Amino acid sequence: MTSIMKVNRRDFFKTTGAGAAGLMLGFALPEKNLLQAQFPPPPVFKPSAFIHISKDETVTFIIPKAEMGQGPLTSLSQILAEELDADWTKVRTEFAPVNPELYGFQGVVGSMSIRTLYTPLRQVGAKGRAMLVEAAAQQWSVPAARLRTENGFVINPSTNAKLSYGALAEAADKLPIPATAQPKDPKQFKIVGKPVKRLDARAKSTGKQNFGLDVKRPDMVYAVLTRCPVFGGKVASFDASKTKLVPGVKDVIQISNGVAVIADSTWSAMQGRKVLDIKWDEGPNANQSTAAITRMFSELVAKPADKIARKEGDAAAALASAGSKMEAVYEAPFQSHAPMEPMNCTAHVRADGCDVWAPTQMQTPSRDLAAQVSGLKPEQVKIHSQFMGGGFGRRGSVDYVAEVVEIAKAVKVPVKLTWTREDDMQHDLYRPAAMVKFTASLDASGMPAAMEVKAATPPFGFARNGLPGTAVAGLEDIEYKIPNLLVAYQGGEAGIPVTYWRAPGCSQNTFFMESFIDELAHAAKKDPLEYRRAMLRNSPRLLAALNLAAEKANWGKAPAGHFQGIGLINNIGSYTAMIAEVSVSNGKLKVHKLTCAIDCGQVVNPLILQQQVEGGAVFGLTAALKGAITIEKGRAVQSNFHQYDMLRIHEMPLIETHIVPSAAAPGGSGEASTPPVAPAIANAIFAATAKRLRKLPIRDADLA
Amino acid sequence: MASIKFTLNGKPQTVEAVPEMPLLWVLRDTLNMTGTKFGCGMALCGACTVHINGDAVRSCITPIQNVAGKTVTTIEGLSADGSHPVQQAWVEHDVPQCGYCQSGQIMSAASLLSKKTQPTDADIDEAMRGNICRCGTYGHIRTAIHRAAELATVAKAQGGKA
Repeated sequence: MTSIMKVNRRDFFKTTGAGAAGLMLGFALPEKNLLQAQFPPPPVFKPSAFIHISKDETVTFIIPKAEMGQGPLTSLSQILAEELDADWTKVRTEFAPVNPELYGFQGVVGSMSIRTLYTPLRQVGAKGRAMLVEAAAQQWSVPAARLRTENGFVINPSTNAKLSYGALAEAADKLPIPATAQPKDPKQFKIVGKPVKRLDARAKSTGKQNFGLDVKRPDMVYAVLTRCPVFGGKVASFDASKTKLVPGVKDVIQISNGVAVIADSTWSAMQGRKVLDIKWDEGPNANQSTAAITRMFSELVAKPADKIARKEGDAAAALASAGSKMEAVYEAPFQSHAPMEPMNCTAHVRADGCDVWAPTQMQTPSRDLAAQVSGLKPEQVKIHSQFMGGGFGRRGSVDYVAEVVEIAKAVKVPVKLTWTREDDMQHDLYRPAAMVKFTASLDASGMPAAMEVKAATPPFGFARNGLPGTAVAGLEDIEYKIPNLLVAYQGGEAGIPVTYWRAPGCSQNTFFMESFIDELAHAAKKDPLEYRRAMLRNSPRLLAALNLAAEKANWGKAPAGHFQGIGLINNIGSYTAMIAEVSVSNGKLKVHKLTCAIDCGQVVNPLILQQQVEGGAVFGLTAALKGAITIEKGRAVQSNFHQYDMLRIHEMPLIETHIVPSAAAPGGSGEASTPPVAPAIANAIFAATAKRLRKLPIRDADLA
Repeated sequence: MASIKFTLNGKPQTVEAVPEMPLLWVLRDTLNMTGTKFGCGMALCGACTVHINGDAVRSCITPIQNVAGKTVTTIEGLSADGSHPVQQAWVEHDVPQCGYCQSGQIMSAASLLSKKTQPTDADIDEAMRGNICRCGTYGHIRTAIHRAAELATVAKAQGGKA
């Protein structure tokens, strides 16, 4: 394999600064720009770091992001192939090594892959193409400007001579990288914006796609770990005598996070764990419960506004002088991520280095945490990115990397740590439970004159304005024009680990906000669609998405017995509106259809966009209608899918995806459709039953 | 430990294993066949679905001793080259997202089509409701199963193997 420009291999082992260990464990609150400061994007994205062309014409794109189902291996490759004018049928992908100098920070959160790499990768592809053209120009002794490229060839139009990229790669490799290169006019796109099939569909349909849990290394042993069932607890003492008698068990070792059983198969390790006798020091959360957390939230939202996330006008004064006020309190429970592939990781720690086979959303923090735990330098740690069987934010925390590296350090051979489903569900970092209290007044025309929003929820995510901004995402960033608006964060630390969960903050807060807006519309005796339109006059993109959804859903003309509701959101650089169509008969809810319209700017792959809109909506539907994680005695009650079920195929509504044409910079798509589902359904239920549901998940019992 | 003989993807197979060890872990850890996935360990999610004597079965709760003398087909043995109609339809309709559950989905769908050549939506609901997809590919799965039924019918008419 030849890279089209020489890579200084030492580049791969240089590093900047220490890791953001707090972030990946999910508790710390760095300012949003901290990661940027710590791992600045490279001043020049080198083509050779991303593009390798072989003599056999194979084009390998080195992708610095992770793949957990959202399709960036395909969509980022489309961007590179488009600008390179590569033959799409020759494209392969590899995950990049962790290298801050070549790739900046490597991790995937916030539907950022295309958003952050669209422009740089166009430059990289265009520069690569320019180098191939220059190589051909030198060979033919003609000016480069006279040549063109197509489908993996440089062509001289005056002679019809052709040279393949594979034949040119070695010569191109020796040329200097041009300072700039002109990317294509989007009107000329042949690959970007087209319904290109996913590169990983075949491997994922034949059982050939390996995931983290499928890693096997020579002499590898298998581990499972017992963690304290109470959050924040630790091992007091343990007796492993029975465990050591279980066939296949090799060793039992204590690490910071619990007691690990090492065996010659996953099954034997699990059997050994069953008879492990551990006494726990349950710590300060031993009496924590959902009931106590709800009481705390209720007290917090009853207090005066605390930390101010957004202030327009003077809501307090406007509400004090209002003739009548509306108040409502909304609630959402903890939710587990429950990706189909439970957490796992494989590591091999030696005196001089460490390999980690990590199914992680966070490659750079994984490297730095592995270095910290192993006592090695970051440049001695090699992260082998693995395909993930779902992530949804869970694999943005890399607790499992720390665990396996600590075990690997003790056992000295390669070791795979497998979490069972019970481990995964009961030791998740959850979507935070939340409670929000709204107080509002309407003006003479029925529009909101003032709104106060007070949110109680555990702190998590990125800090903004001196408070956990992610906790109020979906509340503080609404586009509705409300003259007097106050959004406040009231606190709510509960001792339960929480983190990002598909559309963090918004996935619960948009339910609260869009439901309350619906309450205001009905109080004003106005059509919920018209009410929203009136508040979005200065938000053309969100308004256009709302209008398209309303048109495609035939708003106001649902079939007899069916009722509609609206939810909308601006997040991840995209604008999304959803209309749910439901029926309620004999106290049973049926969701018939979700009509979604999205403006996510320039679309790279409409098929993947549709997948993401549908998948994101199903994620929202599951949280709206199915399970909740509840806490008793400091531990998660639910342990597996019999107590925390997922939406299944017989419950799947028809989901329509409509794209608002846009030439704006690409927004995200993986988390756009999740937040508006719950309010769209709850608002449709109100239309059907006049019952206002202010608590998730929605149960049939709530409809009776 | 016991010595257990069965037929795996058309070939005779003998394994030395703890008799209670589920087929799933024998496939994955002993035989290095990782196409069959671990999802829940309680037959709740379907990620571990294989065929035993032609029926879709959850390998995570099937002790290896129960498999003795039987015929097991895994995703690796469904077709040599991804040409099973269900696999063709899966690729054609771009079903997988993360892809982790899809071996199990495909094995359930293949079992359904082996029993009902033209399944209705209700048949699909019944056969597939045991398989969870957290990425929400259900709409694509339904379309792909109907397409696989068409492909299988065409293949049969042409004398091919459905």
